[in-house]
Amino acid sequence: MSEFMGFFDALFSPDFPFVRNAFFAGVLSSVLFGVLGSVVTVKRIAGLAGAISHAVLGGIGISLYLSATGMVPNLSPMVGAIVFALLSALIIGTVSLKSKQREDTVIQAIWAIGMSIGVLFMAKTPGYTDPSSYLFGNILLISTQDLVLLLTLDVVVILLAWYFYPQIEATSFDEEFSQVRGIPTRLVFLVILAITAVAVVLLQTFVGIVMVIAMLTLPAGTAGFGAKNLVAMMVGSTLFALLFSFAGLVSGWVLDLPVGAMVVVIAGAFFLGRSVGHLIKMRRSR
Amino acid sequence: MSVPIVLHFHDVSFSYPHLTVLEEVGFHVHEGEFIALVGPNGSGKTTLLKLILGLEQPKSGTIELLGQNPSKARVQIGYVPQHASYDPSFPISVLEVVKMGMVEARGRQPKEKLRQLALEALHQVELASLADRPYSDLSGGQRRRVLVARALASKPNMLILDEPAANMDKESEQRLYETLAKLKGKTTVLIVTHDMKRVSALTDRVFCIDAHKEGKVGRTVVQHMLEEEPDDGVKRILHDVEIPADQCRYPQEAGNE
Ligand SMILES: Nc1ncnc2c1ncn2[C@@H]1O[C@H](COP(=O)(O)OP(=O)(O)O)[C@@H](O)[C@H]1O
Ligand SMILES: [Mg+2]
Repeated sequence: MSEFMGFFDALFSPDFPFVRNAFFAGVLSSVLFGVLGSVVTVKRIAGLAGAISHAVLGGIGISLYLSATGMVPNLSPMVGAIVFALLSALIIGTVSLKSKQREDTVIQAIWAIGMSIGVLFMAKTPGYTDPSSYLFGNILLISTQDLVLLLTLDVVVILLAWYFYPQIEATSFDEEFSQVRGIPTRLVFLVILAITAVAVVLLQTFVGIVMVIAMLTLPAGTAGFGAKNLVAMMVGSTLFALLFSFAGLVSGWVLDLPVGAMVVVIAGAFFLGRSVGHLIKMRRSR
Repeated sequence: MSVPIVLHFHDVSFSYPHLTVLEEVGFHVHEGEFIALVGPNGSGKTTLLKLILGLEQPKSGTIELLGQNPSKARVQIGYVPQHASYDPSFPISVLEVVKMGMVEARGRQPKEKLRQLALEALHQVELASLADRPYSDLSGGQRRRVLVARALASKPNMLILDEPAANMDKESEQRLYETLAKLKGKTTVLIVTHDMKRVSALTDRVFCIDAHKEGKVGRTVVQHMLEEEPDDGVKRILHDVEIPADQCRYPQEAGNE
């Protein structure tokens, strides 16, 4: 119990700014996990987002290498990450539109190539670089600048989701019909993919590259069982993401375990629990 | 009185990358006509509808829809697709599906107006009582009729339905045709059906995608004679009586094409 209280002491103590940053990162991330995660889920592009998030490691590796060798001094890993994320989003998006049947192969290729590039460049980077803090996130590394970027993206995503809600809903439900109604469905798809790419880069500071996708799908999936429409799913999954993030932060602190992994385990347990509950309900009602 | 042509195929050919589907297709449809389009599975019926809606582009020839380029005019069409890619975990109510029939390229219309029009369309297919139910609760036949309501919600002048009655229970099919009967004459209807032998008695003319022209790989569209059957509201397709695809009951226009 004392550790539990210890978390709240640390949260409000000026001596532990990183705890407060971690807390705000959780709150700001939850909005993206909820709103963008719902869109990714109903548009069924989680696989595409997964490939983008893993490809990001390539950009991070190159940035670290360029920066450590002095070729491009002080290059932030974030820059390489964004470039790789957008590039892979563009490639996957184009292939998905041009030839749907090759999509799976390209997803696998981008996923593997991106990660391998990252590992290779990190191996040649002078000094010690640990890929695992990027793979699994390191909540202690979150800076105020990261928080500002997250907040900015939150605002952008909420505004876009609110303004284009009917178009997002319609293209997710029935792409061909939406096209007949005059919606530029390809543009909508590519914009959603690009925003997801940027979000993945910002979100990996919180839960890491490997688990971003879990957090973009598990809260939305959990909320999806009871939601009556897409807005309800967005709101519900934001609340679930908040709950999971907070529970992960506290338990990670109390048990001295990695927070990102804790958050995902809690989210996964909740999702599986609700899936089982839903299955039982369906059986009964038959 | 001349009745305007709403759809006109001029010598249209279409291929997918490795498959020639249609060759030298020419026919036209007048405003208010009830047209059936039949053909075996895989003959290109859905493809032809995609051409009408500008979702695919002809390899050669031109298509005029409401006197315009299909991709311009298609917003005025009510479209009921064959395979509405449907994900049962998509959270949405019946009424919201119907509202999507009025979605526009950007922005949105007033909530109350959308609701009113959507309910009206659900009345037309006799499903208004299910408006607030989750879409996934409905039977397959009911979902098809909801998609008809979605197409009707924007009050289109022309309705295009792609095998709406395939795998439908008898009751749903009957109700669907009751809905279409009320539209007959006011709304141009182009309906793709799977039965090659007979069509609904509502049908004015029938087109078949079946035959090949001499020396051609792709299929073409021919028109067949219809024979009134004495019973149960159907017309029989006389496959041995072929009429030129461009012939119709408005000779004054057939002349000046
Ligand atoms: N996107 C596509 N790419 C390649 N071939 C296709 C595509 N869509 C349909 N086809 C092929 O074109 C032919 C006509 O298909 P379709 O228009 O769906 O037939 P129908 O609706 O009459 O059953 C079929 O042989 C089908 O396999
Ligand atoms: Mg078809």
